Amino acid sequence: MRHIISILMENESGALSRVSGLFSARGYNIEALTVAPTEDPSVSRMTLVTNGTEQIIEQITKQLNKLIDVIKLLDLTQDSHIEREHMLIKVRATGSAREEVKRMADIFRGTVVDVTDASYIIELTGAPDKLDAFIDTLGPKLVLETVRSGPLAIARGGRRLAI
Amino acid sequence: MSSTPHGEPITGAEIFVRSLQAQGVKHLFGYPGGAVLHIYDALYKQDQIEHILVRHEQAAVHAAEGYAKSTDMPGVVLVTSGPGATNAVTGIADAYMDSVPLVVFTGQVPLPLIGNDAFQEVDTIGITRPCVKHNFLVKDVRDLAATIKKAFYIATSGRPGPVVVDIPKDVTAHRCVFEYPETVEVRSYNPNVKGHPGQIKRAVDLILSAKRPMIYTGGGIILDHAAAELTEFARLLGYPVTNTLMGLGGFPASDKLSVGMLGMHGTYEANMGMHHSDVLIAIGARFDDRVTGNIEKFCPHAKIVHVDIDPASISKNVKVDIPIVGGVKSVLTDLIEVLKATSERPDADALAAWWEQIDEWRSADCLRFDRAAEVIKPQFVVETLWKLTGGDAFVTSDVGQHQMWAAQYYPFDKPNRWINSGGLGTMGFGLPSAMGVQFAHPDATVCTITGEGSIQMNIQELSTCLQYHLPLKILNLNNGYLGMVRQWQEFFYQGRYAMSYMESLPDFVKLAEAYGHVGMQIEKPGDVEGAIREALAMKDRLVFMNFLTDPTENVYPMIPAGAGQNEMILI
Repeated sequence: MRHIISILMENESGALSRVSGLFSARGYNIEALTVAPTEDPSVSRMTLVTNGTEQIIEQITKQLNKLIDVIKLLDLTQDSHIEREHMLIKVRATGSAREEVKRMADIFRGTVVDVTDASYIIELTGAPDKLDAFIDTLGPKLVLETVRSGPLAIARGGRRLAI
Repeated sequence: MSSTPHGEPITGAEIFVRSLQAQGVKHLFGYPGGAVLHIYDALYKQDQIEHILVRHEQAAVHAAEGYAKSTDMPGVVLVTSGPGATNAVTGIADAYMDSVPLVVFTGQVPLPLIGNDAFQEVDTIGITRPCVKHNFLVKDVRDLAATIKKAFYIATSGRPGPVVVDIPKDVTAHRCVFEYPETVEVRSYNPNVKGHPGQIKRAVDLILSAKRPMIYTGGGIILDHAAAELTEFARLLGYPVTNTLMGLGGFPASDKLSVGMLGMHGTYEANMGMHHSDVLIAIGARFDDRVTGNIEKFCPHAKIVHVDIDPASISKNVKVDIPIVGGVKSVLTDLIEVLKATSERPDADALAAWWEQIDEWRSADCLRFDRAAEVIKPQFVVETLWKLTGGDAFVTSDVGQHQMWAAQYYPFDKPNRWINSGGLGTMGFGLPSAMGVQFAHPDATVCTITGEGSIQMNIQELSTCLQYHLPLKILNLNNGYLGMVRQWQEFFYQGRYAMSYMESLPDFVKLAEAYGHVGMQIEKPGDVEGAIREALAMKDRLVFMNFLTDPTENVYPMIPAGAGQNEMILI
């Protein structure tokens, strides 16, 4: 099952490689990983998407907690949460496709952020499956390049991951 | 943090020395080189810390492990950058697997050269990351003292382990005012020592309900110095106790409750007892594959209580019913208290029937061997050593058949006496670790049980032993073969002995003499006792005893790989 684990860790050089090294050494899977400093610059927040059986996820969270640089973590999948991913997509925009692509972007609530006579860059935010759907809708002939942030996630309501 | 307006600024090298002094370090195992020369110069000017010069950096780490494993002090190591650090890696990985508290200082090229492929540069932090509890690169001399304090704290608390501190050469030349922090706090690291009271109560209820209990304990008992608590706990209940290879000595082997070691080469009664138990009480042990055998067949009838300081060890290999996260000493103390407070007692009839069953397994006498043989049986050598040392020597071993025979035929009544490489299985561990033990216990009898394969992996340390007058007693069980490899080839590869026979062995007697020690050659069973007696009487000399032992002898009993604990091969 897919799990999103959010991790607060010391913002130290090498902290990221401790996490990625742990996953490769123990044969765990990383589907996506994002990391950036928080409002406290000494702390980074990492959002990690992985999958595995309940037992594997339990080991992953225990092993992560064992890393000295990890301050706190939360398996967001255990409870309701908001998940968003950001995408920039460069799309072929010539001839009749030019109007069609713009219309699609509007339907998906994307914004055109760059225009040339042959292409658009569209910015799109949403749950990962919404971004997938947009790519599928345009199809491989129109999609020139994509870049995705990987999911960000935060627990709904009172549940907090903070120091 | 480490600078105050008071006092003269001193160099990083001097800060290093003064931090170690403040930390109470008495012995430092190491080897100099370019990147650590400032530190060696600072060490030269003081006499509070004794530096022991080994002959290879791997040996420095193993010596520090022997030192730590036989005491309640961490081992401390100093090596240079590049090859100094990479040579130390095997020892660091060994310490990581066996949870040995070590602080290993490595030199590094100066900060401006890092990343430039400089002479003797290696990414020590990157190389050691997967085999340390934590590591630090010190980039500013003002952080040095506080980092050293943190390193000792992390290495020795919680589940102990090795911590590497990588120090660039220029940091040891830079100056700042020295202040050693009195306390240390790492916000992301707070090991939980005290067990949860609710879990402890639940555990006691389950423990008292047992009809066929088994207490299974590991290296955690030794590391947390909880042998006395374990002994009281087991005697209070009258339950059988089995120890892992790392846990030997945690419960007196001569006690009638002891069923000996369990696992691949454990006793029949221990493994059968595990398999048939209905309540398993695991304390400071980690359900290692050499203990469990085939995990699918492991303890099929048992409810399991597991006490461990490391939450990640719990339910890693085997799902447990009552986990208790905490230090084993603390949790055992609480368990004893709850047991004493309750009026409930174990089921005496069930327990009597269980002991009757265990005694029947015991009667298989699984550790018997041919005592009338005309060649020297390795088991007989170990047993004779046990007899002549009153079972009270410090014994280190290397890895292989001789290690198993040492574990089987030298029953330990005290903790911290048995020093070996369990998790990583590092050949070459025995001699250097014995040096560390002897430094910690200068007047004790320290023996190394080894084989002709393992001893050659760090034999250069015979030179260190001469320099520091370490009167070790080395028992080389020389059968001409890499014995454990040979045994597996006999059992599982139809006797195709690929590369397990060593031709052209050195003359070990002459070799020992060349290093300035006493060498002995023993070829007949009748000479074994006399030779060991003579060697032990030479209190101030290292004696290398080369026993020519039966080349075909195998370690029994044995659980073959993939089999269950009830599927042992007996002799």
